[in-house]
Amino acid sequence: MLTIDGVGRVYPNGTRALERIGLTLEAGEILAVVGGSGCGKSTLLRLVSGLDRASEGRILVDGAAIAEPHPAVGIVFQEPRLLPWLDVADNVGFGIAHLPRAEREGRIAAVLAKVGLADYARRWPRELSGGQAQRVAIARALVARPSVLLLDEPFSALDAFTRADLQDHLLDLWAESRPTMVLVTHDIEEALVLADRIVVMQPKPGRIAAETRVALPRPRDRLAPEFEEAKRRILRSLDDTLSTRPRGEEIAPAAAI
Amino acid sequence: MSAVETTAAPASDGGPRLIPAPRFVVGLILPILLAVGWEAAVRFGLATGRLMPPPSRVFATLWELAASGELARHIAATSLRVAVGFGLGVVAGTLAGAVAGYSTLVRRLIDPTLQGLRSIPSIAWVPLFILWLGIFEESKVALIAVGVFFPVYLGVMGAILSVDRKIVEVGRVFRLTGPALVRRILLPAILPAYVLALRSGLGLGWMFVVAAEFMGASEGLGYLLVDGQQLGKPDQIVAAILCFAVLGKITDGLVAAGSAPFLRWQDNFRRED
Repeated sequence: MLTIDGVGRVYPNGTRALERIGLTLEAGEILAVVGGSGCGKSTLLRLVSGLDRASEGRILVDGAAIAEPHPAVGIVFQEPRLLPWLDVADNVGFGIAHLPRAEREGRIAAVLAKVGLADYARRWPRELSGGQAQRVAIARALVARPSVLLLDEPFSALDAFTRADLQDHLLDLWAESRPTMVLVTHDIEEALVLADRIVVMQPKPGRIAAETRVALPRPRDRLAPEFEEAKRRILRSLDDTLSTRPRGEEIAPAAAI
Repeated sequence: MSAVETTAAPASDGGPRLIPAPRFVVGLILPILLAVGWEAAVRFGLATGRLMPPPSRVFATLWELAASGELARHIAATSLRVAVGFGLGVVAGTLAGAVAGYSTLVRRLIDPTLQGLRSIPSIAWVPLFILWLGIFEESKVALIAVGVFFPVYLGVMGAILSVDRKIVEVGRVFRLTGPALVRRILLPAILPAYVLALRSGLGLGWMFVVAAEFMGASEGLGYLLVDGQQLGKPDQIVAAILCFAVLGKITDGLVAAGSAPFLRWQDNFRRED
């Protein structure tokens, strides 16, 4: 279980990035956080991962407060961030170096098979395609068996086909161990395919503007009318949050030049 | 690419087949042509070869020096100076570069001074080193060490500063701290730049040993140069120059070959051959 309780974040230069974020995730729940750039969604994820520290409030994972990276919390970044000097298997095993060799190798082989890269164990990262590299990154996060998995726009750098493929794949992986997942994305469709619940964030300062449950049964058909309808609803709420910008802040009209 | 094409050329087409040749053969054509040309020019009386001896005379001199054991003694003396100076320079440069790269405070403290010292022409140190350390080995080794120090220092510091924050975060996510972070993330990340720094340091080491031996030596390849000039023996000078070229190339190749197994992962790593 993951609790985000009254969390705020102020940058050293005084800018407020997040204000009073409160969220509770049940074990195994998939939450998507959507919003435009600068709304603080990635900042929130970094706080939960323990890479950055919250200025206010607290974050609890299974009752333990997060102030630095925690073994029960895994993260997949927007870029694969593989270590180029390690082959695929060693990259996957990077975070479980403390385990006995036999168990480590067993886990690496198992997770590589799950992400469909069993034959790539001895390849270098430079030999992988973008989608393959991101699957290795997912394997690296999963091999430590986190109870919370954070995903920071994990598929945004991939082409549309690979993206849809990996979204389905992620759901298969989730179904096996059912970690609690927080997915940050700017892609509404991705949020609708994956999440149980969608939170829309709004910038200046980053805060939660709307929250909606996705009741569609899985697997979700991206072309079904209900899916389209849900997508329209989210888009409208996102539109509302963006249009609350005061008029005075609008960019100077081109005619003034 | 070209090597692959040559070796894969079909043999069954019946036509004249190119002998598969390694790429470096191409690079040998020009020097061999020049040497043969000069040799012929001297033989046919087009040039006297008094100031620039033909290859045959240079090799005869080399052979004489080698047969008498002189050459081995000179090479050993020079190599030892380079080895000790290089070792000292690398250790000092690596340590200084590492602290300066790791700690902003140390960098602000020492980097301006070191950059200032770096801009001093190395030969300018010679009188001071002789005053301080005498005219024997110590001053020579010190000069070489100074030459090696700066590229290594700059290389290590720059490499540490340019380590990708995103990669370091991967280490932090898996709760690596202090020594483990250095060993598993920082060291492998800076290794390619470090090897480059070592190679340019080594090149400067060979350069500076000549300067060091010019300031008064009774043995060494630099001594052969000075001796050849004073006694009017250009063949000996060219022979010593050839030795420098071969030694420099061999030692650089050793560093490159020694580091190659650790750099196989590199996207852009190509062995030089």
